[in-house]
Amino acid sequence: MNIQKNWWKLLASLLLLYTVIMGFAGEVPARDILNETIRNLYFHVPMWFGMISLLFISVIYGIRYLNKGKAEDDIYAREAAHTGVTMGMLGLITGSLWARYTWGTWWTPDTKLNGAAITMLIYFAYFILRGSVEDEQKKARLSAVYSIFAFVMMIVFVLILPRMEDSLHPGNGGNPGFSKYDLDSKMRMVFYPAVLGWILLGVWILNVRARLAKMEEIVLNNDLEMKEL
Amino acid sequence: MKKLFTLFLFIFLSVFVSAQNNTPEMADSLRASGKIYVVVCVAAIVMAGLILYLVTIDRKVARMERELKSRNKPS
Repeated sequence: MNIQKNWWKLLASLLLLYTVIMGFAGEVPARDILNETIRNLYFHVPMWFGMISLLFISVIYGIRYLNKGKAEDDIYAREAAHTGVTMGMLGLITGSLWARYTWGTWWTPDTKLNGAAITMLIYFAYFILRGSVEDEQKKARLSAVYSIFAFVMMIVFVLILPRMEDSLHPGNGGNPGFSKYDLDSKMRMVFYPAVLGWILLGVWILNVRARLAKMEEIVLNNDLEMKEL
Repeated sequence: MKKLFTLFLFIFLSVFVSAQNNTPEMADSLRASGKIYVVVCVAAIVMAGLILYLVTIDRKVARMERELKSRNKPS
């Protein structure tokens, strides 16, 4: 692999290995109820950072498509949304499991939980929209416009509403972000690399998926040309 | 006087006992001697394996890209 072009993939690998090793072996503050599950911070929370980053990439490529009309941008927008939703689903599942053993239930009507679930539904609708339009350009244009709305709704449901209501999540209910009570300096040393590592892993998967999709497009177009000849 | 003394003793003891209960249970001793590093190694190997897998997929895609490029050029 070309290291000058793909250095960030190496960085992602190193950060993730660091996360897994320090995530289990590193010291964490002792907390009631949470106990050792506080380590989920390195694995559950970065899923959401990854999802938000990938959905942001998706909407950027959607807007680029609307400006320039290049089919490649639509492929990137689609694959970024796909990878983002995958990470979001992993976040939902791991969060549900974590909630079972700390809050005592698989699901609570917590603002953030419901907001995340609604976000997933909004993005499922994105793929349903894509699947229901035959014409390629129309499909790309419609879904790009839809994804702008979807992204804004995601911001509202995941980042704004949970801060306005009381939530079981730390850092919510008028106190945005992780405060010094939630995260000590030792955990930060693992948490920030973990977030970057998981985001880069998501971008890496997006990169591979998009390249595959582009080749698929070329092969299909070649077939069409062959038939026309 | 003796009663008062026992009272203070019990208050002191109760504080002492509750102070012990105040520290949440953590796997501190497990990390010291409970072979937790085996788990760390296993998790690291799993992560490394997944990353290597992704690397091979990535290289396969890159190979296909080159192949497709060289095929499309002459025509």
